[in-house]
Amino acid sequence: MKAFATLLDRLVLTPQRKGKLALLKAYFASTPDPDRGIALAALASALELKTARPSLIRTLIEERADPRLFALSYDYVGDLAETVSLMWPAEPTNHDTPRLSEIVETLGQTARKDVPPLIARWLDASTPAARWALLKLLTGGLRVGVSARLAKTALASLSDGLSTEDIEEVWHGVDPPYTALFDWIEGRAGKPDISGIPTFRPLMLAHPLEEPDHAQITAADFAAEYKWDGIRVQLVQVKGEVRLYSRTGDDISRAFPDLTQPLNPSVSPDAVLDGELLVVRQGQVASFNELQQRLNRKTVTKAMLADYPAHIRLYDLLVEGEDDLRALPYDHRRARLEAFVAAVQPDRMDLSDQLSFEGWDSLEAQRAAVADHPVIEGLMLKRRASPYLIGRPKGHWYKWKREAQVVDAVLMYAQRGHGKRSSLYSDYTFGAVTTDPDSGALSLVPIGKAYSGFTDEELKRIDKFVRDNTIDRFGPVRSVKAGLVFEVAFDSIHASKRHKSGVAMRFPRIHRLRWDKPWQEADTLENVLKLIR
Amino acid sequence: MHARENHPDQWLQVRPAGLYCVPGDFYIDPHASVDRAVITHGHADHARSGHGQVLTSPETAAIMQVRYGKNCAGSFQRLEPGQWADHFGVRLQLIPAGHVLGSCQIVLEYGGMRVVASGDYKRAQDPTAAGFEVVPCDVFITEATFGLPVFVHEPAADEIAKLLTSRETFADRAHVVGAYSLGKAQRVIKELRQAGHDAPIYLHGAHQKLCRLYADLGVDLGRLEPVMGTDKASMKGQIVLAPPSALRDTWANRLPDPLVCTASGWMRIRQRAKQSGAELPLVISDHADWPDLQRTILETGAAEVWVTHGREDALVHFCETQGLRGRALALIGRED
Repeated sequence: MKAFATLLDRLVLTPQRKGKLALLKAYFASTPDPDRGIALAALASALELKTARPSLIRTLIEERADPRLFALSYDYVGDLAETVSLMWPAEPTNHDTPRLSEIVETLGQTARKDVPPLIARWLDASTPAARWALLKLLTGGLRVGVSARLAKTALASLSDGLSTEDIEEVWHGVDPPYTALFDWIEGRAGKPDISGIPTFRPLMLAHPLEEPDHAQITAADFAAEYKWDGIRVQLVQVKGEVRLYSRTGDDISRAFPDLTQPLNPSVSPDAVLDGELLVVRQGQVASFNELQQRLNRKTVTKAMLADYPAHIRLYDLLVEGEDDLRALPYDHRRARLEAFVAAVQPDRMDLSDQLSFEGWDSLEAQRAAVADHPVIEGLMLKRRASPYLIGRPKGHWYKWKREAQVVDAVLMYAQRGHGKRSSLYSDYTFGAVTTDPDSGALSLVPIGKAYSGFTDEELKRIDKFVRDNTIDRFGPVRSVKAGLVFEVAFDSIHASKRHKSGVAMRFPRIHRLRWDKPWQEADTLENVLKLIR
Repeated sequence: MHARENHPDQWLQVRPAGLYCVPGDFYIDPHASVDRAVITHGHADHARSGHGQVLTSPETAAIMQVRYGKNCAGSFQRLEPGQWADHFGVRLQLIPAGHVLGSCQIVLEYGGMRVVASGDYKRAQDPTAAGFEVVPCDVFITEATFGLPVFVHEPAADEIAKLLTSRETFADRAHVVGAYSLGKAQRVIKELRQAGHDAPIYLHGAHQKLCRLYADLGVDLGRLEPVMGTDKASMKGQIVLAPPSALRDTWANRLPDPLVCTASGWMRIRQRAKQSGAELPLVISDHADWPDLQRTILETGAAEVWVTHGREDALVHFCETQGLRGRALALIGRED
């Protein structure tokens, strides 16, 4: 528990991916089984644990400590788990700090009514950091900024030559405390047997199409499809069991009961399908915004299922029955996919159409034709001869997005970056101009954030501007006097109830710095709202 | 029983410039210039320049002169810890407070009553400062910077061990420790040396003068190098010390992929650590933590406790639960 607590402590405050990886690797390398496996499960949100309510924790501390001192402390610290972990008046104990595996095992065997004294005993035997880790585990949600994928990447780095994708491929076939997985990673055993389990197969990803690539795009070598603005998913069926995975290999089946019914029980083929998750009503694809209503949920209501019906637009078949098709060329797999869809006729799924084109010009025209389409964000170009390759191999798949849109927006807040940028204000919130209907006074309303798109030299100049024009400070954030206009590029813009401005941008980045432009002449919120498709 | 007119609340007053001793006609740590000042220690919010006469320890006098110049006060009366001085019938003594080099508590005797003003103090061991000594008294004036039960400072050596472990994990980054120039910086360096770290330690310009003074006063800090003029790449894997403000400044750009560590008692609170931008918070404090504040109050045997700057509420509450008279003393200009 001590090592795990130290790890969490560091992860919370380590913003960089590289730094988090180094910490995870050091932890996994130095912690024995089964504790490291339990930690891995906790980090990857794969740990099933009897949880405790915050009110239980509060009762525990009020029994132990002066309630007035607790109230003053809680008021100062602001976080219950942290307040309790810091001020817990430990009674002397003969117990050692519990091991992670002991916590999980003991909790599983303890009746709910006996949990409070058990927790008190553990708190007595722990350091403040370990108490915090314990309380976070028990109240659900570590929130230390580690994704399951990052944890898998750290695991891969422990091994001799395994990639993150190798780990992903077996991930859903192994369980906490993952002893078989660690044995394989560290070379003491072979690859865990995942036959008969609907596991995730790592995806093949595309590169953006660049100018020099244009010449090689011919109808003879490439197939073209629309690039739908949904999220990439993989649907796996093995022996009638269906699971849906996100592009990072997270199992999102529970939130999509409408898609995880067995594919046509009369045929019931084992299959791994690659496609785009969309919301589709009466054949009409709804906006990404509507799809978002279904994302990042643990469960889903009946109303949600009816209002936002999920759909998969299929574009690849990786496994059919016993056959792994990934080594076959794209054209072959496409033919198998078409035959599969025709034979199985899966519910709530259809084929992503292939676009016919003669030459470059006709391709360009088809891209231009969808420039204002609400849910098509460009074209996908796939080399006909390419096998299904894991990761982002060069020269096989291209995404050719429509031209970015731009607005002129005004810098409002700046935050310091991390690592190499830790002393520079490099994260910006920018706003659009609004006019007070009564007084006619101009003000700004935030419409987005951007962290990239400028050179190091430009960053230095913006940093100086921020320092010279600070109006107010909130922790690491500075409020900046209106004066610097950014030309901001973005892929698309959507209506959003979450933001005061009513808009949310996708992939905003700084396109140009408009030192020359008076902020009053930047785009108005009205203009920005017009860009919503 | 002492007569009411002898009670310290009759002859020690809170005035706009600070705590004032009426019969002795002097202020303790005034934050405006006054004719006569008694100074507990050299931090800028306690020791300022421009007073007429200053009575303080020889080390604090030296620190003030390094910081503010030779003529920062009309005159200095250097009182060795343990010796007595007399000011218009008020007897006065300095006793080590363990806060930073030269820091002292001020013992005042008048009208048969003894008052001890702690200044800032700590009970934890510090290789760069003489240790705190308990002085029995009638009224104890205590600080309360960390006056909440959530503040318990672990041994500094444990925190230094964290820093050294992190240095191994991130061998190609510079670990830059944010620490105040007086006291904290030298303590961190000395603790590092005691933990066996003998590589050169790199310093921000603001730390150099006081580190040199510490060395002159007999605190050996090992090999120190200025960051200025040192090649960026050669600081990879090294430990660098800078004032906390420099970490937010473009100054940090001259370090290779800096990993920000902040050495402060506030680092005990994660949200504080996060706000400070620290990746590696080091809970190293030069103030008494909650258990030591309580212990010290009880050990002085004082029947009455005046609580100055910090989180007074909890400490006053504690005094009341112990049957002591607790009083919050509203001194301005002493937050954090």
